[in-house]
This record gives sequence, C-alpha cells and structure tokens, in this order.
Amino acid sequence: MNSFSILFNEVYKILFLLIPVLVTVAMIVWLDRRVWAFVQKRRGPNVVGPFGLLQSLADALKYIFKEIIIPASSNKVIFILAPITTMTLALIAWAVIPFGENLVLADINVGILYLFAVSSLGVYGIIMGGWASNSKYPFLGAIRSAAQMVSYEVSIGVIIINVLLCVGSLNLNDIVLAQKNMWFVVPLFPMFVIFFISALAETNRPPFDLPEAEAELVAGYQTEYSGMMYAMFWLGEYANILLMCAMGSILFLGGWLAPLEIEVLSFIPAPFWLIFKILFLFILFALVKAIVPRYRYDQLMKLGWKIFLPLSIIWVVITAGYLLYFNLLPVQL
Amino acid sequence: MIAHAVFFYLFAFIAIVSAIMVTAARNTVHSVFFLILDFISISCLFIMIGAEFLGMIMLIVYVGAVAVLFLFVVMMLNVAQQKNQWFASSKSSSHIPAGLLVSLIIFFELIIVIGGWKYKPDLLNSSTILISNTTTNTHSLGNVLYTDYIHLFQISGMILLVAMIGAIVLTFRQRAGLKKQSYIKQISRERADGVEVVNVPKNKGVKIDV
Repeated sequence: MNSFSILFNEVYKILFLLIPVLVTVAMIVWLDRRVWAFVQKRRGPNVVGPFGLLQSLADALKYIFKEIIIPASSNKVIFILAPITTMTLALIAWAVIPFGENLVLADINVGILYLFAVSSLGVYGIIMGGWASNSKYPFLGAIRSAAQMVSYEVSIGVIIINVLLCVGSLNLNDIVLAQKNMWFVVPLFPMFVIFFISALAETNRPPFDLPEAEAELVAGYQTEYSGMMYAMFWLGEYANILLMCAMGSILFLGGWLAPLEIEVLSFIPAPFWLIFKILFLFILFALVKAIVPRYRYDQLMKLGWKIFLPLSIIWVVITAGYLLYFNLLPVQL
Repeated sequence: MIAHAVFFYLFAFIAIVSAIMVTAARNTVHSVFFLILDFISISCLFIMIGAEFLGMIMLIVYVGAVAVLFLFVVMMLNVAQQKNQWFASSKSSSHIPAGLLVSLIIFFELIIVIGGWKYKPDLLNSSTILISNTTTNTHSLGNVLYTDYIHLFQISGMILLVAMIGAIVLTFRQRAGLKKQSYIKQISRERADGVEVVNVPKNKGVKIDV
C-alpha cells in the first residue's frame, strides 16, 4: 500500500509538470507565429479566441481529425516509432529541470549530463522518420539534419564544460546556485552567444532549418507524415526548443534566481523567474527566425566545426587558466 | 529492494534480448536500432549500480554519436544486398574465415572473463582506490583519473587523436582544378572589382579578358 501511495504521488508530480509543459508548447507555437508576424508587419493568427490565443488548439483539433497515412513501402514499425521518440525525448528531459530550490522532479547528481544526453538522442526521431519513410526527400533531409545536429552538439558539450569549470558540480541546482552573485552570461558572454546559435542549429530552427528546407527538400524528414503523427513531430520540435531555452537560462541566466537580491524581485516566486527567462530566450529564437535568411549547408558545417568548436575549446583553456591563476576553482584539489 | 530487483531484471532482459536481436535481425538497420536499445539498457544498468557518470557518458558517446554514425553507414551502404552477394559469390570465401577467427577469439575471451569472476574479491581487495559513500561518483572518478592515472588517460586521448588524424589523412584527396569558395573573398568583394565601365569605340568593340 505504501509503495502504491509513493507511485501515485510520483505520477501526480509528473502530471503536474507535463501538462503545463504541453500547454506551454501549444501557446508558444502561437507566440512564435505572432512574433514572426509582427516583425514582418502582418497580424498573425488573431481570429480564434482573444488575440488568436486558441489558434494552436484549433490546429491540434484539425490534426487529430485528419487521416494518418502510412506509405505502403515504408517500414511501418519504425515509421510510427519516430514521432513518438521525438515527443518522448523532448518531454523526459524536463524531469531534471529545477524550477526552484526544491522544485525539481529528479534532483540527480549528473543532471546536466542527463540533459545533454537526452538532447543528443533527439537526432534518432529524425533519422528514424527519414529512413522509414523510404523516400528520397525525407532521407536526404534526415541525413542533413543528423549531420547538423551531431556537429553542433560537440560545441554545446564544450560550452557546458566551460560552465562546469566555474561550478564544480554536474547538478543543475548547484549550477543555478553558483550564479547567485553573478550570472554566467557576464563572464562567459561569448559562450552564451555560441550556445544560443548552436541551440538554433540543434533544434533545426531558422537560419539552420536545412532539414526541412522546403525549397529543396519539400519538408525534409516530415514529408511522408500526416495527421497526428506530423503534429507530434511538430510538438516535439517545439518542446525541444523550449528545453534548449530552459538549458540556456539555467546555464547562463541564473535559472530560477531573481536578477537582483531585492525584496521586490524575490517576492516573485522562483518558478516564474525561470519561466520569464525561458520566454525571453524563446522570443529571441522567434526574432531570429523572422530576421535571418537561411544558411547554405557548407557554411553551416564550416561554422560549426571550424569556428565554434575551436573558439569554445580556446575559451575552455582561458577559463581554466583564469580560475587556476586566481585560485578561484570551485573544487579544492 | 523488490523494486530494485524488478528494474534490474527488466533492463537485463531487454539488454540480452536486444543483443541477440542485433545478430538475429534480418534487416541491418533494425540490428543497429537493437544495438542502440542495448546501449541504452546497459547504461540504465550502470546507473542502477551507482555509476551514474559512466551511464550518462555511455548514452552521450555511444548512443548520441557512435551509433548515429553506424546508422549513417548502414543506411547509405545497402549492406543487406552486399551481404547476400558475398555469401553467394565464390570470391567471398576469404571473408568468412577471417570473421570466424575474430569471433572465435572473442568467444574465448568471454569465457576467460567469466572464469576470472572467481578472482574478483581478491582483485577488489588489492585495489588501492577507496569507494566512499560521501563523494559523488563523478568526483571520485575525476580524483582517480586526473591524479594516479593521468598518463594513461592522456595516452588514450593521444591514441584517439592519432586515429582521427589518420582517418582524415586516408580520406582526404586533393584534386587539381577544384574550385573553392572563400567567404573572405566573397564578402570583401567591392563594386569596383566586379564592374568596370568601358568606353567602347565605335565599330571596334572591346576585348574582355575573363
């Protein structure tokens, strides 16, 4: 009976986290289109509900009632598994995101590694979808996308090392608490910029949305998908974007900490600060989508391997040297 | 405790079944997917025995990077067709003995590993590394890896670097007459470089050299 109550408690906690995340994902699709429209002097979705807020709900309803078409020559099991993988991986990562001092589902020691591992698994949904469709455009899109995601993961990993050098722990709550005096965005500003751009590439957002470059590849790996399965890819993608924003705000913007230690600011509860920061980063993502034209593929690879990777490695050396010279290392040897 | 046992047997079962399916699956891409499932369940087992760092690194390195490359190669090469051709043609005979030899060696090594299990307590006692419950797994690994075994650690890194450079050298081909794009040239190109206004004499024309 006792173990049952524990199980029930955990399920309750998980639902309490997942349902807001899913609702936020739906709202953020609306926000993305809205920001995009405002930059281009359009109105954006403004018909369904107040300010068009219910647009995503209408879209979801449309997708649910559409027929799911599975191509005859596709590999059916993997074809169906692909969107499920994308969606699941985008959601399980939220287990370790700390929303406050004790507001975290699983406070594990290697939280940041877990986040990194889950975000690097995200490539499988795309490869599986592209291969199982058994069609040329999805396959080419999947290959492009996989190469792109693997390349940019490397520099994200090195950037994480930069932050970890300053923290001395892999626990996400420790990372947040280490920024009590100064957010890491100040001393590690170049790394923040590189992280932001790599996150754009990692989530296949414009200007790096080559996997679904509609001018060349129809819709990339999603070409053969329809109905709810397409919607799951789509939601998974946005959940991933949200996750990268959360990761950026935890690593560089002080997570759930208030910007200044003032009574008025710390009056607002910790989770809201994290949500504000995630939204801020997301609006930046949306602005980039509206402003910047698409990269050429060879430029993208060159940027990842020949500019970002060396830069972030050099910055690791600089950070380590600085910390060692001024005896600021967080863990005493 | 019973939950622990349930999870252990679950992951162990998945690991063994997927390891068998890697060799048994007809479709090569399916066997790579089973390999990935195997990696994931083994990293879960690592995490269950408290080696959380190893488990996560296993996920990041093997599943996140190595298996993706496997998948790439297998998808691109159409291995299934080649496999059938190999076994059908008479020229293939040189591959099968080599493969058999390697698998025999691995088989005997596995037997030796299981036999060595008997000496495990002695080995654990002879080790100078203390397992403490207060420091995290990552800290204790770092403490050993960057102090006592720093040279071995560095050497293994060097070997990986050499392998990487070797792979690049083997595949890098410089062909003559290859046109390359240079950003610096593209960006620093001014109007004056591209456009030239020429006064064309009547009935004579100009010679444009390209």
